[in-house]
Amino acid sequence: MNMEKLIKIQLTNIILATVVGFILGGIVLVLTGYNPLEAYGALFSGIFSKPKYIAQVVIKSTPIILTGLSFLVAFKSGLFNMGAEGQYLTGSIVAAIVGSKLDFPGGIHFLAVVVSAVTASALLGAVIGILKTKWGVNEVISCIMFNWFLLYLNNYLITTPWLKKPNAEASYEIHETAWSLVAGKWKTTEKGIAALSGSGSPFAEMLLRTDLNYGIVIAVIVAVIIYILYKKTTTGYRLQSVGANINASRLSGIPVEKNIICAMALSAAISGLAGALTITGMMPHRLSQLRVHEGYGFSGIAVALIGANSPIGCIFSGLFYSMLEYGSSSIQSKTGAASEIMDLVIGTIIFFIAISSLFRIVLKKKKGESKHE
Amino acid sequence: MNAAHAIEMHGIVKRFGNFCALDEVELEVKKGSIHAILGENGAGKTTLMNILYGLYDYNKGQILVHGKEVHFKSPRDAIHAGIGMVHQHFKLIEPYTVLQNIVLGYEKKGLFGFIDYRKARKEIEALIKAYHFKIDLDAKVRDISVGMQQRVEIVKALYRGADILIFDEPTAVLTPQEIHELTGCMKNMTEEGKTVIIITHKLEEITQCASRCTIIRRGKFITEVAVDGCDTKKLASLMVGREVNFSVKKQKKAGTEPMFEIRNLTVEDRQGICRLSDLSLEVHHGEIVGIAGVDGNGQQELFEAISSLIMVKSGTITIHSKEIQNTDPKTMLENGITVIPEDRQKDGLVLDFTVAENLISQNLSAPQFSRHGFLKKPEIMASSAALIEKYDIRPSGCSALKCRALSGGNQQKVIIARAIARNPDLIIAVQPTRGMDVGAIEFVHKALIEEREKGKGILLISLDLDEILKLSDRVAIISSGHITGVFDAQDADKGKIGTLMVGGKN
Ligand SMILES: Nc1ncnc2c1ncn2[C@@H]1O[C@H](COP(=O)(O)OP(=O)(O)OP(=O)(O)O)[C@@H](O)[C@H]1O
Ligand SMILES: [Mg+2]
Repeated sequence: MNMEKLIKIQLTNIILATVVGFILGGIVLVLTGYNPLEAYGALFSGIFSKPKYIAQVVIKSTPIILTGLSFLVAFKSGLFNMGAEGQYLTGSIVAAIVGSKLDFPGGIHFLAVVVSAVTASALLGAVIGILKTKWGVNEVISCIMFNWFLLYLNNYLITTPWLKKPNAEASYEIHETAWSLVAGKWKTTEKGIAALSGSGSPFAEMLLRTDLNYGIVIAVIVAVIIYILYKKTTTGYRLQSVGANINASRLSGIPVEKNIICAMALSAAISGLAGALTITGMMPHRLSQLRVHEGYGFSGIAVALIGANSPIGCIFSGLFYSMLEYGSSSIQSKTGAASEIMDLVIGTIIFFIAISSLFRIVLKKKKGESKHE
Repeated sequence: MNAAHAIEMHGIVKRFGNFCALDEVELEVKKGSIHAILGENGAGKTTLMNILYGLYDYNKGQILVHGKEVHFKSPRDAIHAGIGMVHQHFKLIEPYTVLQNIVLGYEKKGLFGFIDYRKARKEIEALIKAYHFKIDLDAKVRDISVGMQQRVEIVKALYRGADILIFDEPTAVLTPQEIHELTGCMKNMTEEGKTVIIITHKLEEITQCASRCTIIRRGKFITEVAVDGCDTKKLASLMVGREVNFSVKKQKKAGTEPMFEIRNLTVEDRQGICRLSDLSLEVHHGEIVGIAGVDGNGQQELFEAISSLIMVKSGTITIHSKEIQNTDPKTMLENGITVIPEDRQKDGLVLDFTVAENLISQNLSAPQFSRHGFLKKPEIMASSAALIEKYDIRPSGCSALKCRALSGGNQQKVIIARAIARNPDLIIAVQPTRGMDVGAIEFVHKALIEEREKGKGILLISLDLDEILKLSDRVAIISSGHITGVFDAQDADKGKIGTLMVGGKN
């Protein structure tokens, strides 16, 4: 099947699933005594009415686009990366340390933060891969273990005098030199604030009121690189081949263990990047106490699923997912209906997209497009 | 409509996209008979049977079972109507036991919805006895031989109450002995009033057991003949549309230094049971050495040891006086050995990759296919198109098609094309013509002989004794993991080989 057709089918799926999701959410709203039109109106105005809101959607989409890509990379090699949370935390912990403890000039400091965070989480991924290939430890199990290990490591580190900021339940902030905010320095100076708030333009407000940062650009670049990797390179060929048929790959001379370790490392590196970019790009630029995981891992799986396991698709599905999540808060604030309604809608949408993919596979089998042998 | 017919299929049309796989195909099968379907690789036999079994939709046509028109939505409906199918590529779940596989999907639930394995076991054991099968119900499917797996599939179909059985190339993977048993079993079935449809490329089997034969060529119905009036030559020419040459000509070669040597090879499996014991063998330049033996006597292990898929306990494997035991497949390939593995779908191809992609899988880093880690798409497509043309892989121009969409025999051609295109010094061919039609077999045999003439060595591991005798310069007999005799092919005596093959077996 060609790409165009695939995109078309997936789009129809998403649109259909979205409609069903909204109808179901609407029914629940009616049953709980709210006007669904009003609520959805609030949702959409909460997303689109101001550049500031749109910016928020974009900002919040960055980490989940990346965790989506991370899931996809592992999946293409036949691995189930449930460890995006832990890898994300690895990235953010290393970012916070390098960002707050070391001193570099602007720009270079940012690079140092990102490179060290990505390296650290790639190492974590490699360990998971080695555990799997050398000792047969299922990656799902080791991933979940590391998720909790890193959560407690995070919570412990921010109590140590080395990293704990006095009078706060958090670490030190990273230095401004490591920030990736758009016009980050200028907009915090008095002059900048005065200029921005004085202008009254909505774009100025967007700059002033949001953490608009370069993360999204990096996420898009990563998606494109991954796309090229799988489409055009021998490395991508090997990584996918191992996922599609490990026996045949081995017999073709492809070092399968090495490729599994690489796939896991790459996958983890991307989740780590998500963590680093959150620290450099978003207030408060520091680690804080976590009671549970932030859910980027699961959102990532959803993003990869909605994105039909295509790297470019992940960009759009990440934006879509972030849109619904961000918009849901304004339902609550404007109509009083619980924002969990939107979780229900999102859940339904994902459910139906998953079902429709299943449905499509069954249909294809019948027509024989994917041969049943 | 005719009640004496168990199956009637009229004017069946099936398209895959723009490609017409079946064009107005007719099939009539008499109740209680064995009916053969014959056609080249990619003719559409499997597709036709998949339609009958409810796996595929069809675009046009009519299907009648016992005179009643049917529209199967899924295999479930077909099974319900008493149709069972043993597929070309088995559909067993490897980590499960034989018993679980047979019961699966057809569980007779006992109290509280638990599967009543005791009752199922009794019924299945009765079936196994009735048909004189040898099956270990508690073995895991991944641990049993291909021949055994097939018997499991047959029992599975019978257990579900099939009275029309479809066999898609059942003998492709069997030993002569097993084939004999299978034909006996099919005859038993027809005596009990069951109807059998068999797809096979082995013409003698058709003349031996079938009563009628339907011939399909490139998706078109050609004719239906009574088998009595036909010999294999006639069947072959009907099917291919030209004369087929059954014998191969080769020149005698003078002996040279051995290029490939196996010395005192011993291999143990995980349980510490000896699979190959003190096995020695050599292949010279320009020589085809055939390994004959009953399935499960160490052929698979020999192949796996050469390709370093399993560890060798002692002994050496050398090519050009370089030891390669206990290395990895990559080292093997780099030293000029390629393999044609037995199980094309499990070990040969990445089914979800395209034909072009599969054709380069062993050659990724070769400068003609990639530079600085980037694949050269145009070159890859051009080379693939050339190989497709040369090896007559159908449908023609299938470079961008997923291998999954090819017929079984054409998948095999992809593997063979890939192996020979590497220009290796030694080819390890395990059942290289498994599931190929006589025309294609002729082609593969010619290709192997051609490599031999070029001075390449070929190690041919096959369960088909005729194939071995036809191609080999020397025949080695393997029994219980040991070579029990080596003959020059000229003065090999089939009877003696047969005795040696079973002689060493416990
Ligand atoms: N899912 C599919 N998509 C596209 N083409 C297909 C698909 N399945 C089969 N075909 C094509 O239909 C034709 C018939 O295939 P089929 O598997 O029925 O052949 P066959 O007669 O069983 O051959 P063989 O003896 O090699 O098994 C082939 O050319 C094959 O490539
Ligand atoms: Mg077939």
